[in-house]
Amino acid sequence: MQDFVQLWVYLSATPLFGLTATLAVYVLARALYARLDHAPWANPVLWTVLTLALLLTLSGTPYPTYFSGAQFIHFLLGPAVVALAWPLWQRGAELRQRAGAIVLAALAGGAAASGSAVAIGWALGLPPELLRSLAPKSVTAPVAMGIAEQIGGIPALAAVFAVLTGLVGAVSAKYLFDGIGNLPPAVRGFALGTASHGLGAARAIQVDPDAGAYAGLALGVQLLLSALLMPLIAHWF
Amino acid sequence: MDALSGLAWLLLCQSAGEAAARLLHLRLPGPVIGLLILLVLLRWTLVRKPVEAAADALLAHLSLLFVPVGVGVMTHMGLVSQYGIRLLVALVLSTWIGLAVTAVVLRAMLRGKT
Repeated sequence: MQDFVQLWVYLSATPLFGLTATLAVYVLARALYARLDHAPWANPVLWTVLTLALLLTLSGTPYPTYFSGAQFIHFLLGPAVVALAWPLWQRGAELRQRAGAIVLAALAGGAAASGSAVAIGWALGLPPELLRSLAPKSVTAPVAMGIAEQIGGIPALAAVFAVLTGLVGAVSAKYLFDGIGNLPPAVRGFALGTASHGLGAARAIQVDPDAGAYAGLALGVQLLLSALLMPLIAHWF
Repeated sequence: MDALSGLAWLLLCQSAGEAAARLLHLRLPGPVIGLLILLVLLRWTLVRKPVEAAADALLAHLSLLFVPVGVGVMTHMGLVSQYGIRLLVALVLSTWIGLAVTAVVLRAMLRGKT
């Protein structure tokens, strides 16, 4: 038993632990998700995060120790943002043809998500730096952090809000869309990519190819629009 | 092999983007500038074929990439729980509003066109 504890202490202090735990738990969560026929509530990211958090708490592993391994996965977010050029390029002709509709929907949706977050937060009496961290929440985490930094929010919190927003979208969007009714997959995917970024898009990619392509497109458009417009808008306040 | 050189292209574009953001004091984040650079480079088959393999692999597992940040949410729960319910209300409601507005606007626009 003593040996086992020593071995655990050694292993959990190396980057190997964070990386292995992340991949292993995610692979299991994905398998379960497929088994449950991709039910939105069985979202693999949600359950992987909860399981890992529980694991860290129970074993008393501090987050920086975990992150020393998980950073290798986290790092890939940057190249993944660059990779969004591919779905954009692929649907280039379609995008140009529908450019007006797409940009207008992305602007309206982005403004509605960001504006309502700040308005509701303000009405509920949240402090200004929290509101500034809420504004970029529909953008993918690393970009949201960059924007928050520029407009005087707290980058780490912006990342937290972005992830929570993505999870809320991925888990609940299907029920909302079914409630609105008569929405084609492309429209559903585009809304997911616009209002809940990568996590929403990931859900769309898993469910339907058309929805996935439009979600990737929405992600790229939303990234560009919010990175360009957010600092300008925050400048006025 | 394709996926590997594709990843090299992605990293090159990201690096160029980061460099451009710093040197030119642009407000866009480095990876977003990298996306724009890649969008231009994709005209060439030499770039397109490897990037396709790498991008498909990366984007298929996009949700995995959010796990480390997600676990980090737990370490910031102190700040989040301080404003707990109010913050959650703002987050959830605004996400639904954003989803609904985007979907309804796009549907209306596409309908008007056809």
